[in-house]
Amino acid sequence: MYKSLGDAIRDAEAQKISLSTLALQTEAKDQGRTVEDIRAALKRALDVMRSAVAQGMTGDLYSASGLVGGDAAKLRTGPDGPLAGTPFRDILARALAVQEVNAAMGVIVAAPTAGGAGVLPAVLTGLAAARNIDDDALVSALAVAGLIGAVIAERASLSGAEGGCQAETGAAAAMAAGAATEMLGGSPSQVGHATALAMQGTLGLVCDPLGGLVELPCVFRNATGSAIALTGIELAMAGVEFKIPVDEVIDVMGEIGRSMDVRYRETAGGGLAATPTGRRLAKERLVQIKRK
Amino acid sequence: MVSLLDIIGPVMVGPSSSHTAGACRIGLLARCLVGGTPQRARLELHGSFARTGEGHGTDKALAGGLMGFRPDDERLRDALDIAEREGLDYRFEKTTLADDSHPNTVRLTIERGDRTAEMIGSSLGAGRVLVTEIDGYPVEVTGNYHTIVLVAEDVKGSVARIATILSEHSINIATLRLTRKERGGDAFMVIEIDDMPGDEVRDEIRGLSWVRWAFRLDKVSA
Repeated sequence: MYKSLGDAIRDAEAQKISLSTLALQTEAKDQGRTVEDIRAALKRALDVMRSAVAQGMTGDLYSASGLVGGDAAKLRTGPDGPLAGTPFRDILARALAVQEVNAAMGVIVAAPTAGGAGVLPAVLTGLAAARNIDDDALVSALAVAGLIGAVIAERASLSGAEGGCQAETGAAAAMAAGAATEMLGGSPSQVGHATALAMQGTLGLVCDPLGGLVELPCVFRNATGSAIALTGIELAMAGVEFKIPVDEVIDVMGEIGRSMDVRYRETAGGGLAATPTGRRLAKERLVQIKRK
Repeated sequence: MVSLLDIIGPVMVGPSSSHTAGACRIGLLARCLVGGTPQRARLELHGSFARTGEGHGTDKALAGGLMGFRPDDERLRDALDIAEREGLDYRFEKTTLADDSHPNTVRLTIERGDRTAEMIGSSLGAGRVLVTEIDGYPVEVTGNYHTIVLVAEDVKGSVARIATILSEHSINIATLRLTRKERGGDAFMVIEIDDMPGDEVRDEIRGLSWVRWAFRLDKVSA
């Protein structure tokens, strides 16, 4: 797969093909498989993403610790906010839904990781529902997301333990922003700007889950990550360009991750995990899990 | 090389690709060493596995893997109850392994019939795993390939003989690694292969007079 999103954008534009076509052709060559075969695997992932959204929206799911759960349903049935009835509110609900399923040991697609698994399904299926976009276009969007994720894996990191939350929900937001921009008709260059615009908004974000569990704030980070992805999409589709090239934004995310104190890299030693309430809740809830 | 499908995947039971999906894959690899679901299992958790494992279902995932459940199998949620029903007598302990051990590491000691095996495995993140020790022999098994592991007396030509058997069955070798604890002592062979070998290949290898035991570790990656 490509190690530079800039190179991929240049090649796609030179060949006058979409980034998804380029990504699928490259993957087929790398893995010795057919494009149809890869599309079929991505379609299976899409089906799992959709069922996780559905399960989380209707279900009454709580994690073993009881720290998270039941909030996706509040966005569906709770009082209106200023964004009631918009795709924005629906997408926030979908992001919480997938993460609540994840925390309750339901089936999800780690994309790129389990902790950041809510953003991509929320943004892609939410926008597809709002705009009547078909599954073929969603599968192509997942290929773009995979391309962006692969470049981030090569140049920076996709692990909270290595790079903080910017490498998990931040990467997921960047992937979702780029993928949705192609799905909505954006050019390869607009995909690059959407990716960069989303990622710049999560630079420096620490990984600080209470008790080290993929629960709090992870569930909510997927909602805010989705909001940041939507910002990248809206700006790029309007023609806004980000002056720092996307590969450089990805590189600096990796650099920030490497210099991040270990307390902020999934160790529960800093950030929200180390607040007085964070410590107290983690202690109480971990004891509760042991009693079960 | 990073694949699109590594990024958009794996499909898995939550909540953590390292603590849940990876733990399950370690269990899946370990069960192959005793040829099926063990009757007894002692699982010693190290580092982050010991610290946050319970909240991440690491115990359920390991037990589920030992029973043959894959990372996307929803039975993982109830794996400890199922283990009790199925007669898998498990015991979890917290331990501290060597300083250079990966933070997510487990040592498994498992028994099935008259066979006992010990294995150390680590979960590296995003569901990727690495087995670093089997029965005291240092190894590197990723589960990205079908793998044959065997212990043989250190006789000349053993590698050539095994390679011949595989080639006669049209099985392509991806990697082959030979380790031994001492010169003239037993040799431990780890062979990663592209194609799934049938039971007849394993039986033919087991039939060699100088092979003490041989097992097939089935691929666990997507």
